[in-house]
Amino acid sequence: MAKVLMKGNEAIALAAIKGGVDAFYGYPITPQNEVPEYLSKHLIDAGKVFLQAESEVSAINMVYGAAGAGKRVMTSSSSPGIALKQEGISYIAAAELPCLIVSVMRGGPGLGGIQPSQADYYQATRGGGNGDYNLIVYAPESIQETIDTVKGAFDTADYYRNPVLVLVDGLIGQMMESVDFDRPTKKRDLKPKDWATTGTRNHPGRRNVANSLHLDPALLEQHNIHLQKKYKEIAENETQYEMINMENPDYVIVAYGTMARIARTAIEMLQEKGIKVGMIRPITIWPYPEKAFDAIPATTKGILCCELSMGQMLDDVLIANNGRHKVGFFGRAGGMVPDPEEIVDAIVNFTQRVVK
Amino acid sequence: MRDAVNIKVAGFGGQGVMMFGQILAYSATKDNINGLWFPSYGPETRGGTANCSVIVSEKQINSPVFKNANHLVIFNSPSLDKFRNNVAPEGLILYNSSLISCEVTEEDRLCVGVPINDIALELGNAKVANMVMMGAYLQLTKLFSDETIHAIIKKILGERKADLLDVNFKALEAGKDFIKKQGIVYA
Amino acid sequence: MSEIKYAKSKGLTDTPLTYCPGCAHGIIHKLVAESLVELGLLDKAIAIASVGCSVFSYQFFNCDAQQAPHGRACAEATGIKRVLPDNIVFTYQGDGDLASIGIAETIHAANRGENITVIFVNNAIYGMTGGQMAPTSLIGQKTTTSQDGRDFAHHGNPIHISEMFATIEGVAYLERVSVYDPKHVIQAKKAIKKAFQYQEEKRGFTMIEVISTCPVNWGMKPTDAMDWVKDKMLPVFPLGLFKDKGDQNA
Repeated sequence: MAKVLMKGNEAIALAAIKGGVDAFYGYPITPQNEVPEYLSKHLIDAGKVFLQAESEVSAINMVYGAAGAGKRVMTSSSSPGIALKQEGISYIAAAELPCLIVSVMRGGPGLGGIQPSQADYYQATRGGGNGDYNLIVYAPESIQETIDTVKGAFDTADYYRNPVLVLVDGLIGQMMESVDFDRPTKKRDLKPKDWATTGTRNHPGRRNVANSLHLDPALLEQHNIHLQKKYKEIAENETQYEMINMENPDYVIVAYGTMARIARTAIEMLQEKGIKVGMIRPITIWPYPEKAFDAIPATTKGILCCELSMGQMLDDVLIANNGRHKVGFFGRAGGMVPDPEEIVDAIVNFTQRVVK
Repeated sequence: MRDAVNIKVAGFGGQGVMMFGQILAYSATKDNINGLWFPSYGPETRGGTANCSVIVSEKQINSPVFKNANHLVIFNSPSLDKFRNNVAPEGLILYNSSLISCEVTEEDRLCVGVPINDIALELGNAKVANMVMMGAYLQLTKLFSDETIHAIIKKILGERKADLLDVNFKALEAGKDFIKKQGIVYA
Repeated sequence: MSEIKYAKSKGLTDTPLTYCPGCAHGIIHKLVAESLVELGLLDKAIAIASVGCSVFSYQFFNCDAQQAPHGRACAEATGIKRVLPDNIVFTYQGDGDLASIGIAETIHAANRGENITVIFVNNAIYGMTGGQMAPTSLIGQKTTTSQDGRDFAHHGNPIHISEMFATIEGVAYLERVSVYDPKHVIQAKKAIKKAFQYQEEKRGFTMIEVISTCPVNWGMKPTDAMDWVKDKMLPVFPLGLFKDKGDQNA
């Protein structure tokens, strides 16, 4: 297929169809509305399930039900809506059910605004739900990368029996880009879902139960140990990042999503000024690419973490840096998106940006 | 073509500002180069001023946002005030002289006024003013061929509005002719 | 030769029930299990356990099951039923789960006419958490969070779920029953069975409200609890058929 121009939210919806989604349950919220709007037409036309729930809370529990029944199921929302889904997400992770959650971030806290933001990094990687659990969190930087990620997300979720969260900001949701839907995705060896609650006539002699309740502390601890083992395997196999311009850089920028793209242009501008800047671009933000930081040479003068927030990924940058380099921060919040010139300025005046 | 051309399009809601930008991004995609379009979105766009950003590039598009546009396309006076100081050196300011009566000048930028509403009225359809602007824009920038633009407009209008194809094409030509008659050369 | 006159239903597992002595959950479980077996639906049934005393019901019903977050059973059931329309999906919920925290999910599932069956067990109190006031607690009823008795001015009236749901178009069958004596147990069984039959026939949302007991948290002997149902609860929650669209469609 030739390239097409498509809006980010619609591209997410079409990529989900190409990825084999069986059902979508969601609730309207700006700036992700084109995802359910597109699916309400095209998913139903394809004989699949689309249902607008009465709330985000209800939608995520519909996802729980259909995921437990073994179907490829997704929901999408934006920041306050994802906050409402946290209870269900914790249950789904605990019951080890695969599903796709798309979060199109807007400015917060509270009702906040509707303009682009990355202020839900904590929400995505630390979870708002209870207990020790992790989602596999992708933070693509373009509509093309979002498509590639969403297309493969159901395979990844099924492979690990774990929810996958695709985290983009409102700009990626609202803009249009030239994209290709036919790029290959990673092939995975997927086992039949013999755990799905489809009725015992489909698996005689065995009751299948989707459950997160374990009142015996010893059993619950064992369950947690099992989950951690899985998360370790995910960290070993699924961590993704890109290294840009990393041969003896004067400074290294760490940024993801839209901020990484703005930084790419800033790096070109800095090159013209004779300042050599590299970038570590996390593609998965959980698991976080800590190892990438080992490639930063000792001669590099500092690391600048850039976010559309007041400093959330900064925590992971500080952990990964482990005191080796000076770390600075540049962030805009509330829906303000900086020009590349602002990042150029932050590098030029790095000493004013140092936080640790 | 340069690495990336940054275009800002602004005017009142309803003047076809968003569509103008989208046509450029669709054309880039059709020509197998990269197009990016994003709107100012939200309640502010209803009835008030609307603007969108477009980037077309043969290379991968990096930052979706830019401080200074290479080309500023202006449909009304408030938009000119808002964006005229964010045009790169050697850039183009193309503006609607039907609604902006005083002559626009900026040092080291080419400023061209086109009376798009008047020309559209002469063609008998006020709604094609944005296509007059498109014709003038393409005559100046040479960004896309007639063949590409015609194909995109045809696709956007679809079968339901196919009867409007002719007047839209005429509007494009009228915009081009206006620039030709002035003898202005930009790209 | 001895003959077995009475046996546990094949619709229940061998896991011992966790309910308190004298609690009517056991009876209601049996009625649900027997109905599914007798209709030949057990092996395509998926039970949704809720939060409350019946949280472990996923261990007791001898079919596939999911355990839902508090109040979300009808959303989870919707999620399953929409992708597996030919299976039998039912929720088993108490009054706190359904009528308080989960009322939005329940109303909207009913309003969409989701082809699921809700077994709503109303005993006018929170059992699992230790006897707190429920949305269905009676005026004057003493609970651990209404120690001087439920007061209308402070807490509002007990909520009448069946009366409310009878007004919803998507509801195909709705009956309030009880299990305080053998006659009513038989009537309750008939209603539960009919609800599952309607689901199998894809007629829409079906709900059976069962007026039940909580002797431990009510502070009564089981027999007194059965009398309290009859004397105190039924005047507030009168038994009866609230809706049956099946007959209209026939």
